[in-house]
Amino acid sequence: MVAAQDGRIAQEPPPSDAALAVRGLTVSYGEKPAVFSVDATFPAKTMSAIIGPNGAGKSTLLKAALGVIPRLSGEILVFGKPIDQARDRIAYVPQRASVDWDFPTTVLDVVQMGLYRKVGLLGRLSGAMAARARDCLARVGMQDFAHRQIGQLSGGQQQRVFLARALAQDADLYLLDEPFAGVDAATERAIIDVLKTLQSEGKAVVAVHHDLSTVRDYFDHVFLINVRRIAEGPVATTFTAETLQATYGGRLAATHLDELAVAGGAQ
Amino acid sequence: MSPFFEALLLQAGYNAALVAIGAALLGFAAGSSGTFLFLRKRALVSDAVAHATLPGVGLAFIVMVSLGGDGRSLLGLLLGSALTAWIGLLTIEWITRRTRLAEDAAIGAVLGVFFGIGIVLLTVIQSMSAGRQAGLESFLLGSTAGMLFQDAVVIAVGGSLTVFATWLLRRPMTLVAFDGDYAAALGYDVRRIDLLMMGLVMAVTVIGLKLVGLILIVAMLIIPAVTARFWTERSGRVIWVAGAVGGLSGYLGAVLSASAPALPTGPIIVLVAAVLFVVSLLFAPGRGVLAAVLRHRSFQARVHRRQGLLALAAQHPIREAYTLRLLAREGLVRPDGVPTEAGRAQAAKVARDERRWDVAREIHQDAGLTGRYDGVTPIEEVFTADEITEFDRRLGPPTAVGGA
Repeated sequence: MVAAQDGRIAQEPPPSDAALAVRGLTVSYGEKPAVFSVDATFPAKTMSAIIGPNGAGKSTLLKAALGVIPRLSGEILVFGKPIDQARDRIAYVPQRASVDWDFPTTVLDVVQMGLYRKVGLLGRLSGAMAARARDCLARVGMQDFAHRQIGQLSGGQQQRVFLARALAQDADLYLLDEPFAGVDAATERAIIDVLKTLQSEGKAVVAVHHDLSTVRDYFDHVFLINVRRIAEGPVATTFTAETLQATYGGRLAATHLDELAVAGGAQ
Repeated sequence: MSPFFEALLLQAGYNAALVAIGAALLGFAAGSSGTFLFLRKRALVSDAVAHATLPGVGLAFIVMVSLGGDGRSLLGLLLGSALTAWIGLLTIEWITRRTRLAEDAAIGAVLGVFFGIGIVLLTVIQSMSAGRQAGLESFLLGSTAGMLFQDAVVIAVGGSLTVFATWLLRRPMTLVAFDGDYAAALGYDVRRIDLLMMGLVMAVTVIGLKLVGLILIVAMLIIPAVTARFWTERSGRVIWVAGAVGGLSGYLGAVLSASAPALPTGPIIVLVAAVLFVVSLLFAPGRGVLAAVLRHRSFQARVHRRQGLLALAAQHPIREAYTLRLLAREGLVRPDGVPTEAGRAQAAKVARDERRWDVAREIHQDAGLTGRYDGVTPIEEVFTADEITEFDRRLGPPTAVGGA
C-alpha cells in the first residue's frame, strides 16, 4: 500500500523551486491530530488539488500552511522562504461559509481588502487602486455588482468576489479552500478560466477540491491526504484507483473507482 | 426661554454646559469605538470590561489613601479602573482561547466575579476611617453633579485619542471582524487586533465612568452602532454614523436632564439613544420595519402585475380584480380585460424573462439566488451576463406572443 510506504516521520529536504513546501506538519484540535507529520510539495506554475474525504484535514493543511491556525510542528516554505517573508506572494480564498454575509460592506469594499496590506494603516486607497479592484471584478465577471451589499449575492457570486479579492493581491501563489463548493456551473467555469489564466501567467494554484470527477480536467498535480499524506504527484500517474482506495477506504464504491480510472485511461 | 432651550443652547449655566459638551464627546467616542466590537459580534465583552473597572476604583482609592492622600484623584481612580478592566479583558481572552468554555460563559464569569470583588472593596472602604469615600459609588451609575473642567478635559482628550485610533485601525479591524482567517493569511496578528479593539472600548469605558457609570456605559458602546447599522451598508460609514448617534444622544440626554430637576444624566442619555434606535428600527430605509412593510406591499403588486402579464401571454383571462386594476392603470389592458398593444409587448417580455428564470432554477440549486425571483426584478440584475447567455443558449430563440 502506498499509505504504508508513506506514513513515516522522516522528512525529505524541500526542493527550493517549489511554490509551497510543507515539511513535518502536524496540526491538532485537542489531542487528536487533524493533520499528522505531513510532507507536501506543490510545484510552481502548476494547478494542484488537495483531495481527501471529509475530515481528512484538507482545509486544515491549507490553513496551517498559511498560519491561520497554529501548528504543533512543521516547517512551511513559500518559494523557498519562510512564510512570514513571503506573505505578499500568497493570496488566500477562504471557504465561503466562513464569513458573515450580512456584514455592512459592498462587493468593491471586499475586493479592496486584498489591497489593505499594500495600502498600510495611513495610506489612502487611491483611484488607481480602485480601478485595479474593478479590473479584478471584471476578470470574474462581476463588474456590474461593485456596489451591491455582499449579502445580496448568490453563493457563486460570493465565491467570485472572494476570488477577485485574491486577484487584487497580485500574488504568485493562490491557495483556495473548496472554491467550487455550492457554486453554479457558470461560476465554476468562470473560476476555472481565471485559475488557468493565472497558471499560464506562471502562477501556482493550490485548491482543496472535493469533486473527483473534475480532477483530471482541472488539475495537473494532486496531493491525496487522509490525516497523513497518502500520495502526491502528477495527476496522470498519481490519481489512480489504488491511491484513491487508499485515501477513501471503503467510502468510494468499486464502480466509482473504476469509472475514474477508466476516465483517466481514456485521456 | 424654556429651560430645555436654555440648556440646548448651553445657556443653563457653566456646569450644565460642561456636562453637555462632555457627554456629546463621550457619546461620539463610545459610538465609534464600539462599532467594531458590535461588528465582531462581541458586544457583550464591553459589559464585562465595564464591570471589571470597579475593583480598580476601590483598589486605587485604598492605595492612594494608604499613601496619605484623600483618595479622590480622578487620574488615580481611572488608572486603577483601567488596570483591572484590562485584567478582566485578558481573562476573558485567555478563558476563550485556552479552555473549552465559550465566550459568553467567560463574559458572565468575569463580569460577575470582578463586579463582586468591586462591591466588596467599596463596602470595606465605607468602613475605613481615612480618606473621603463619599461619592465613590457614583462610578456605578455616573454623576454629573460637580463635574469639573478637568473631567471634561479627560473626556475630550481621551475621547479624541480613541476616535483617532479607531480611524487609524479601521482597515485591520474591518478585516478581522469580517473575515478573520483572511486577515491572518494576509499576515495580520488577529489576536493583537482583537485586543486593540477591546482596548479601545476599555479606554472609552474608563473615561466615561464618571459621567455615565459602569453599568450603563455598555449601552453607549453598543446602541449607537446598532442604530447606525440601519442606515448604511458600509462599515466605514457605520463608524461615523454611530459616532454621530452617540454624540447626539449624549448632548440631548445631558440637555434634557439639565432642563428638569432630578433627571439622572446617564440613564437619560441611554434613553435618548434608545429612542434613536427605535426610530431607526421603525423608519430606516432598507432595513427598517416600515420599509419592510412597504416593500411587501409593492412586492404583492408586482406579483399581481406579473401574473396578469403571464396570463395575457398565455391568452388566459385575468380573474382577480386587483390584477386587472393594476394592468388597466398602466394602460396594458382595456377595462374589459383585452390587452392593448403595449400590454402584448410587455407580456412577451415577461414571458421570456419567466422562461429564463425557469432555466436559472434548473441550473442553480442555490435557493439564496433563485429565491430572489420576485416577478419584477429583471434577470439581468441577479445574474451575470455570462450566466444569462448560458440560460438563453438552453432556451433557444425568442418566440413572439400571438395577438389576441
